Amino acid sequence: MSESSPKNAPSRRQFLTGAAAAGAGAVAAGAAGATGPDPLITEVQDWARATGDGVDATPYGLPIQYESDVVRRNVEWLTADTISSINFTPIHALDGTITPQGCAFERHHSGAIELRKQDYRLMINGLVDQPLIFTYEDLERFPRENRIYFCECAANTGMEWAGSQLNGAQFTHGMIHNMEYSGVPLRTLLEEAGVQAQGKWVYVEGADASSNGRSIPLEKAMDDVLVAFKANGEALRKEHGYPVRLVVPGWEGNMWVKWLRRVEVMEGPVESREETSKYTDTLADGTSRKWTWVMDAKSVVTSPSPQAPITHGPGPLVITGLAWSGRGAITGVDVSVDGGKNWMPARLAAPGTDKALTRFYLDYDWDGSEMLLQSRARDGSGYVQPSKAQLREVRGENSIYHNNCIQTWWVKANGEAENVEVS
Amino acid sequence: MSKCPEFLTAAALASALIAGPALANGFGLGRPALTEEIAAWDLDVSPDGTGLPAGSGSVEDGEMLFAEACAICHGDFAEGVDNWPKLAGGEGTLADKDPLKTVGSYWPYLSTAWDYVHRSMPFGDAQTLSADDTYAIVAYILYSNDLVEDDFVLSNENFLSVEMPNADGFILDDREQTEAHFWTDTPCMENCKDSVEITMRAMVLDVTPDEGNAAAEPAPVQDVKAEPAPEPEQTAALDPELVAKGEKTFKKCKACHQVGDGAKNKTGPTLNGIVGAAAGQVHGFKYSKVMKAAAEDGLIWDETELTAFLAKPKGYMKGTRMSFAGLKKDADIEAVIAYLKSFSE
Repeated sequence: MSESSPKNAPSRRQFLTGAAAAGAGAVAAGAAGATGPDPLITEVQDWARATGDGVDATPYGLPIQYESDVVRRNVEWLTADTISSINFTPIHALDGTITPQGCAFERHHSGAIELRKQDYRLMINGLVDQPLIFTYEDLERFPRENRIYFCECAANTGMEWAGSQLNGAQFTHGMIHNMEYSGVPLRTLLEEAGVQAQGKWVYVEGADASSNGRSIPLEKAMDDVLVAFKANGEALRKEHGYPVRLVVPGWEGNMWVKWLRRVEVMEGPVESREETSKYTDTLADGTSRKWTWVMDAKSVVTSPSPQAPITHGPGPLVITGLAWSGRGAITGVDVSVDGGKNWMPARLAAPGTDKALTRFYLDYDWDGSEMLLQSRARDGSGYVQPSKAQLREVRGENSIYHNNCIQTWWVKANGEAENVEVS
Repeated sequence: MSKCPEFLTAAALASALIAGPALANGFGLGRPALTEEIAAWDLDVSPDGTGLPAGSGSVEDGEMLFAEACAICHGDFAEGVDNWPKLAGGEGTLADKDPLKTVGSYWPYLSTAWDYVHRSMPFGDAQTLSADDTYAIVAYILYSNDLVEDDFVLSNENFLSVEMPNADGFILDDREQTEAHFWTDTPCMENCKDSVEITMRAMVLDVTPDEGNAAAEPAPVQDVKAEPAPEPEQTAALDPELVAKGEKTFKKCKACHQVGDGAKNKTGPTLNGIVGAAAGQVHGFKYSKVMKAAAEDGLIWDETELTAFLAKPKGYMKGTRMSFAGLKKDADIEAVIAYLKSFSE
């Protein structure tokens, strides 16, 4: 075996300790300080002598073994079991904006079911001229659109209302993914059935045991909602609703019904379990907001962050993160290294697009001193991401959902970072 | 009703005639939904009672049904087990630091409870409750919340007369008004605060899952290929079809029991190697008194005993904490046992 055997690779924690012990001077050597010829260059390596895998070694490729820590993670104490539960996208380890399906967070209410395309049926009923049944094949014959949207669980960052709890961007902000969907506008299907004048809402439900029904105002249903069957170019994954899910751009993830089986046009909302007992936001005085569908503008620095510490010492540092808004496109992101005293405009990797993730960068010359790192998003509606104190002032600490506060990472001189709250 | 085949032909013809990109009468795709099909799927119930089927159920019947089908997760008195939802209590706590949100303290509409129980419960065995059973269970949940007396009978006729305490506890999304100050054209960029102090740290709580294992030890894929795990003889003799069938049936058990690699005790104990094992021996699991007593008497879970237990757990062992109603079909029991056999210790 070569020296690069994964078994000998240090764990991140060991590495961290090592980096800290070596001190900033040794770590910073970088460009200038080779102490001798590098055997990785001067000696012929295994991979440069022998051959590698042939084609078809993996007919459907997975990430190389060295990336095996870039995976979804569960927080066991959050839920009673994993069947009705959620896990988290490893946003700290990703770049760009598109989330690979294989590590995009999962949220199930009765587990991820296996439903074959040929067993799939979609019913449109209720206040329509002609109730209809579509097969999967039927859906593929309607004019199709491609759109990139983020999907964020309303409970993302929900564990942080009362204070900083979870130490990592994956856990504080990982109930989000961003994919390119191919599908048919729900409007097209509703028009095919003919919506009657009394119809003001649609009730959408899934084929799994939870049924997870939600009511959506007709106006939204006729606007940008998609009945999607592909994500990032390939079929939806089982855990994301294969073969068909609903895409409700900018609105909370719970409404993005997976395994979509029925759309009923109604006069009023059903007031289902998922829109009364859950996904309602209790304020300090005990009253609760309902129908809080839109996800407000939000951002987070994904690196450096607790799971992605700085390992290279002072000098050039890429500070990067994600920003998004359910009210439209991100127009700007500001970054602070001093806990919000002063802000610098970050560079958007590309102009923000409607209800999709935007990647931002701040190319920074780090002097090695500790930082209180924050990011603050702005969107096309003029909304500016608030601080946690500002949110608490209006909502108290018991909302559970819709926590879009500014996040603080305390980056220490050794490069490690911690989730903290600041005054 | 059922004008389906004729309609289809007509629709197909019509769209063939139009045959252009602009289809005046839509695309002619799909087919009319039949009345029976709509009846099978359109089950939702609205706050005004629309969708409620005729029927009724008493608190008394509900208590029995609840003990059988719901108590394993929600507790005998709807007080909740472990992290599973509490359905009763919490009255007057909504403005507290840790509000307890239950059907009684929080849910604004009774229709929501009926609809959810009927369509989505019991967990792992959904859509098996009759309308009458659902009325009874909902009546019992109301009783657990002190909202009705013990002789109450809930029906479609008196459904709307039940008052939910938190019916007026909700307001519509008012963020654009109460949070209007978050919309500001000129956010502060310099000297926005006098001082910044750290007021709270996540490390102090230490509730973040340890991810060290995932990062340190990538799965040695090649080793696994080279050395296939030796199959125990017992496993080899199992009928794979029966095991597969048992795996499906086991879904009913999954809400509480884990089996296989990495199985952990949940509401019920892990079941690796359970067939032929001594009862009440899974490390770290808190058994009921009766199960402990049976274990001391030397109960062995051979196929005969397991078959009897799985047919009617509470009949076989009065006082067991396993409040599963039982598997009605012998074939299902046989299949589940075969499936369990495929996991040796």
